[in-house]
Amino acid sequence: MVEIQSQVTTANGAVAGTADTRPIAMSVRHVTKYYQTGTGSVHALEDLSLEIPKGEFICILGPSGCGKSTLLWGMSGLHDLSSGEVILNGTPVSAPRPEIGMIFQDANLLPWRNLWQNIQFPFEIKKLDPKPYEARIRGLLAEVGLAGFEKKMPRELSGGMQQRASIVRCLSYDPEVILMDEPFGALDAFTRDEMNLLIQKIWMETGKTIIFVTHNVSEAIFLADRVVVLTPRPGRLARVFPIDLPRPRTIEMTFSPDFIKLILEIKGTIERGVHGNPAAVAQVLDLG
Amino acid sequence: MASELRETIPTFNQVESESEGEVSLTNWSALTNQGFARTWGEAGLIVLVAVIFVAAVELAIRVFNIQSYILPPPSAIVTTLVTRFPDLFWPHMQITLIELLSGFAIGASIGLVLAAVITQIPLVEKIITPYILLLVTTPMIALVPLLILVLGFTLTPRIIAVALASGPMVMINAATGFRRTDLAKIALARSYGASTFQIFTKIRFPLALPMIIVGLMVGAIFGMLTAVGAEMVGGKNGLGNQLMFWSSMVKMTNFYAIILLLALMGVSIYVIFYWIGKKWAGWQA
Repeated sequence: MVEIQSQVTTANGAVAGTADTRPIAMSVRHVTKYYQTGTGSVHALEDLSLEIPKGEFICILGPSGCGKSTLLWGMSGLHDLSSGEVILNGTPVSAPRPEIGMIFQDANLLPWRNLWQNIQFPFEIKKLDPKPYEARIRGLLAEVGLAGFEKKMPRELSGGMQQRASIVRCLSYDPEVILMDEPFGALDAFTRDEMNLLIQKIWMETGKTIIFVTHNVSEAIFLADRVVVLTPRPGRLARVFPIDLPRPRTIEMTFSPDFIKLILEIKGTIERGVHGNPAAVAQVLDLG
Repeated sequence: MASELRETIPTFNQVESESEGEVSLTNWSALTNQGFARTWGEAGLIVLVAVIFVAAVELAIRVFNIQSYILPPPSAIVTTLVTRFPDLFWPHMQITLIELLSGFAIGASIGLVLAAVITQIPLVEKIITPYILLLVTTPMIALVPLLILVLGFTLTPRIIAVALASGPMVMINAATGFRRTDLAKIALARSYGASTFQIFTKIRFPLALPMIIVGLMVGAIFGMLTAVGAEMVGGKNGLGNQLMFWSSMVKMTNFYAIILLLALMGVSIYVIFYWIGKKWAGWQA
C-alpha cells in the first residue's frame, strides 16, 4: 500500500507520462476511428495519443458521444481502429487480450447463470481450470460483500451487487489492465459512491492499471491519478489534469474547496474546450 | 413476497433485439405467468370447482334425459377409459405416440438446426422466412391424402405430416430466439477471447432457449393434432382412426373416452414443456 502511494506521488504532476519512471502498460498512438452508420460515416476519434504507466488509475472524461467509449473498446481489441495503434506490453492490440479485463456499462451478468457460474464464465471461455483461482475468487467475493450470495441469480441481486459481481468476475483471472466503460452510470448516487470507494480500495491493494471511462466529473476526479478530457466529436485530447489529492480519498473530500475547484475547471474545459472559468470557481467557493 | 411483486411490475425487455416486429406465435411469459396453485387452499378450490362442474354435467344429463349417443355421463366415459384402456385404447395410443414422437423428433431437429443456421445469415433468413410462414399457416393435414396416395396406408405419411406440422412451428419460434442478439453479452464473451462457436453455445443458445422451448411445446401440440387428423383420413389404427370408427358405430362412450385421452395427452405435453421451461428458462419468467 505504501509502495503504491509513493508510486502515485511520482505519477502526480506527470502529464502524459513524461516525468514518469514507471514502465508503460499501454500506449495509444495516433488513434483515429471512423465508423459507418446507416446515414454515413461518423468521425469518432482523431489522432489521439496517450501513454498509460503501469499501475496508473486514469479516467477518460468527455461529453456524450465524444468517442470515449469508442476509445476504450478500441483499446480492448473488441473494435478495430481506422488508423493508429494500441500497444500493450510491447505488442499491438488487434484482438481481445488475456492481459485485459473489461467491466461494462451495466453489470452484464448472464441472467441464466447464478453468481458463481457467472464468475466461472471467463474460465470456461478461456478453457482455464478455475480450481487454482477458487481461493482468490472466494476472497474477492468476501471483499466486495458477496460471500454467501454464490447461488443467487442476477435478478435476485440489486444493481450495486450485480456490478460488484462483475468486478469480481473481471478480477477473478487476475488481468493486468482493467478497462471500465461507465460502469456505475446506471447506479444511484449513494451506490455509486460506495462503488467508487470499493474500486479505489481494490486498486490500492492490487496496483492494477485501470482505465476508467465516465461522463461524471466528480467520479473521475475522485478516482483518477490523471483525468484525460476529450473534445466533442471527433474526440481529441483536450487536456490532461493530474489529480494531486491524497489517497485514500474519501467522499467528504468531494465537498472540499480544492475538489470543487477541480470540478469547475474540468467542467469548463469540457463545455468550452478551454480552461475553467475563474469567476465561477470564486462564486461557488464564496457560497461554500 | 418479492417474487409476487416482480410479477406485477411490468418487465421491459432489456435484450437488444435487432429486428422489430418479430414473428412469434406465442410468448413464454404468457405461458408461465399463469402458474399453478400457490397454496393448498387454492388447489382445493380449483379441484372443488372441477368436481362441481363434472357433477353438474352428470346431473343435467340425468335430469334433462340427454341421450347417451349425444353425451354419455362423465362417469361412464371415465369408467370406459379406465377399464377398456389396456385392450381397446392403448394399442392405438401407441401408434399415435409413435407417429407423434418420431415425426416431432424429425421436424423439431430440422427446425432447430435451420433456425440456428439461417439466423446467422440475414439474407438467407429473408429469403426463407416466407416459405416457413407458408408451412406454418397451411394445415399439413391437407397434404395427407396426397402422401397416402404416394406412400400407402403406412405410418410414414403420418410421420411426415407430423414433421411438417411441428418443424416449421419449432423453427419460427427458435429463429425468434436466435435473433435476440444481446450485443453486450456477445462483447463480454469476446473480451475473454470467445470463438464464434463458444458465442453460439454460451450466449446465443441460452438466450434463445426460452423461445425454443415455447416452439417445441407449440410444435408438439400441432404435431399431435396433425397425427390425429392424419389418422382420420385413412388407415386401420391410431386414436384418430378409432374416433371415426366408434362414432360410425354410435358407441359414443368409447368416442368420448378417446377425446378425453387426447385431451390428457395434450395437457401432458403442456405440463412437460412447462416444467422444462421452468427448469431451463426460468431466469426469464
